[in-house]
Amino acid sequence: MRFIFKTDYVQDIRLFQHGGQVFWYGALGVLLLAAPYIVSGYVLSQLHFICIYAIVGFGLMLLVGYTGQISLGHAAFLAVGAYTEALLQSHGVPFVISIISAALLSAAVGIIVGLPALRLKGIYLAIATLAFNVIVEEIVTRWESVTGGNSGKLLKAIEIFGYRFSSGESFYYLCLVLTVLSALALINLLRSPTGRAFVAIRDSEVSASCMGINLARYKTMSFALSAALTGVGGALYAHKVGFISPEQFTLIQSIELVTIVIIGGVGSLHGAVLGAAFIIMLPQGISIAKGWLPDSVPQAGLQSVVFGLILVVFIIFEPYGLYGRWLKIRTYFDVFPFYRRGTFRRQRNYLRSERLR
Amino acid sequence: MFSQLLQLFLAGVAQGCVYALVALGFVLIYKATETVNFAQGDVMMLGAFFGLTASTILGWPYWATILFAVIVMAAVGMLIERIVIRPVLGYPTFTVVMITIGVGYILRGVVTMVPAWGTETHTLRTPFGDSVLRVGGAVISADQVATIVLTAALCLVLYLFFRYARLGVAMQATSQNQLAAYYMGIPVQRVNMLIWGLAAAVAAFGGILLAPSAFVHSNMGFIGLKAFPAAVVGGFGSVPGAVVGGLIIGLVEAFAGFYLPEGFKDIAPYVVVLVVLLFMPSGIFGETIRKKV
Amino acid sequence: MSFFAVENLGVRFGGVVAVDGVSFSVNQGEVYTIIGPNGAGKTTIFNLIGLIYPPTSGRIVFEGQEVRGAPHDVAERGIARTFQNIELFEHATVLQNLLIGRHRHRQTNLLDELLFLPKVKRAEIAQREAVEKVIDLLDLQHYRDSLVAGLPYGVRKVVELGRALATDPKLILLDEPSSGLNPEETDDMAFWIEDIQKGLGITVLMVEHDMNLVSRVSTRVLALNEGKVIAEGTPADVQAHPAVVEAYLGGGE
Repeated sequence: MRFIFKTDYVQDIRLFQHGGQVFWYGALGVLLLAAPYIVSGYVLSQLHFICIYAIVGFGLMLLVGYTGQISLGHAAFLAVGAYTEALLQSHGVPFVISIISAALLSAAVGIIVGLPALRLKGIYLAIATLAFNVIVEEIVTRWESVTGGNSGKLLKAIEIFGYRFSSGESFYYLCLVLTVLSALALINLLRSPTGRAFVAIRDSEVSASCMGINLARYKTMSFALSAALTGVGGALYAHKVGFISPEQFTLIQSIELVTIVIIGGVGSLHGAVLGAAFIIMLPQGISIAKGWLPDSVPQAGLQSVVFGLILVVFIIFEPYGLYGRWLKIRTYFDVFPFYRRGTFRRQRNYLRSERLR
Repeated sequence: MFSQLLQLFLAGVAQGCVYALVALGFVLIYKATETVNFAQGDVMMLGAFFGLTASTILGWPYWATILFAVIVMAAVGMLIERIVIRPVLGYPTFTVVMITIGVGYILRGVVTMVPAWGTETHTLRTPFGDSVLRVGGAVISADQVATIVLTAALCLVLYLFFRYARLGVAMQATSQNQLAAYYMGIPVQRVNMLIWGLAAAVAAFGGILLAPSAFVHSNMGFIGLKAFPAAVVGGFGSVPGAVVGGLIIGLVEAFAGFYLPEGFKDIAPYVVVLVVLLFMPSGIFGETIRKKV
Repeated sequence: MSFFAVENLGVRFGGVVAVDGVSFSVNQGEVYTIIGPNGAGKTTIFNLIGLIYPPTSGRIVFEGQEVRGAPHDVAERGIARTFQNIELFEHATVLQNLLIGRHRHRQTNLLDELLFLPKVKRAEIAQREAVEKVIDLLDLQHYRDSLVAGLPYGVRKVVELGRALATDPKLILLDEPSSGLNPEETDDMAFWIEDIQKGLGITVLMVEHDMNLVSRVSTRVLALNEGKVIAEGTPADVQAHPAVVEAYLGGGE
């Protein structure tokens, strides 16, 4: 068991709470840096996706896990980021500028979505974001002069100051850097007043407001930041797949993104990474499992069932997600042999309506 | 000109009836448990498949297939509630929504894996065949007429049921304060289960009515997504609202499809729902949500 | 010009008139208590002052300027409140709850925070020091890092008070501070209210049912019934007032 003896407020504020954390994250860092030399080209390719979806996961986690909003339409921000990047690159704009533009434009769209969302909660917000996604998808399909409609758009490899990121390794390092930067930015946010304001809004809007938190400003800020991160992810995604078209940004994708947040564990950045890894590796897992089943079972049907089952099972049995499960395991070893099964059990919740009529 | 309008109107109403039926299912579940069932469209789809089985494979008459699908789906609905929803009642809205989305995925996947159903598109035969009626210059198919009439009949049955049966009152209690309802001796869990069964049965009914025009296939449930705008417009939590909302959305689609350029028809319901959410979030008959402090 | 005044305040919800032409003023540095039966409109008045919903008539004046806008504007003016049914941030620790109370004193903006510039770190330490003073006053050291969700009711009431104090207010609205507390905890609460008034110089506007507490700490009392004022004066005067006795305190038969 580790006891942290605190003698200074700075200890509560800084990034790493104790030496052990520095060691483990350091080891992880070394592993990540060495990855291209350790794993196969295929696994590296999957790592690209994990980084990209982790960034998007951070964005969605900020909005859903930390500010308590709902979004069933985040694929729309992914689309904004991806198409902005594609369009700007085709006009010769350098990557550094185009990716910042992708982020800013997504943020602007996020503000547009955030404004009406100020008055909507719960299921109404979910439906509004869903509607937004459908509308954006349709706009992307129809606005052919800009987006190429159903024919889609092609992208070339990223080029920064003359260096082409065309190899798997170079693209990996770029994604890794951006993922780490996003994570750091969010962690910084969460240990400062703005981050606390988000959490306050999540837990009780009324009292957050009475504590001086301008609900409109912070909710909009949350949407904007979330959208910006998703836009960055979208830009990287566009380069990764090389070809983008409207059907990559539908409601199905939005649901996949939300699943990342749920499986990983709502309310933790680790969760976003774990969730992203899980979702990326899922199709592989299903293919492997399919090898054991008779041939008559169609791949698509099985994927659908497994996806649904995972969602249902996780929500019922593992509401804190993968990161929660990891915390439980670690707590078990930390307090061994005093771990009790009820340590993480939530108090039974009874439904109590907040509706007035 | 008039006959054109009438044509569109009738088509809109017929389609709107299907949306109304799916929206009714939403609203029933929402009123009882404050849960929104995103799988309602897929429940409808499964109902249509059961009807298909009864009709095509077992060769039963139309009325028997409707009854079969409704009864089977009622059981399925109760099963879903018992296994999936009951453990998570009281969890935040968002979480429950996601679990129903998961159920939808499972239903879609399972349907494609059943050998006789698979991924093809099937036709459901109705006793009305291809016959049409001519009303004031407009042409309307017998299927559409049947849809409208049967939906109206169902609404009447439901109205009487909630007016004169104890289940309606019990339902309101459990949705407003579950713990208090328990204390009052209301078998909350059983009430919830029955509501889910009822909502599934209504959806199955809608699925069979929809089958002639949309055909029966595993992605049929996505039509159910348009029932969300219907429920919002009518006012979530209002049973007559669901019906009115469904009709409105059906009409909007019909007129948008004719008068507006290509593509607007698909997004028209969503534009409508955004407008309603911005200016009149409680819909036509709906409720206000405000926490009392 | 008074420190804080409510002029002809009224609100109706549908057909129900919850507050009807209520006027009173509070002097700086006093403890002003509102009493009355349930449903008299006491918490409603607090909600109106906090701009949670708008009044249908009347206005609220603080330090010579009208109070209007949104609830966060009220907090910016230096008015804090506690809630009758406790509205804490359940999934955060006690420390975080108190730090959120410091929100109106923040000096950093979004960009600073994303980069966590040194000035952000300095501001964080300053906020922490301010919050620790409140923790010391209310003896919450033991609960600093506990999640609010698991805490007993009495402690949560204290955290609720602490969060309001952390905002460094000039006027604090306490909504039934002793409800649900046992005699010992009520005693503590009385001491804290006196500390707040005399030690911190904060003006207190309070809603209470516990007449012992009212008599002990209040400078003046306002009695309300069915949304209207029925008496105002010192605690002793109001408690003896016949209309108050009849409506609320229970006259001898």
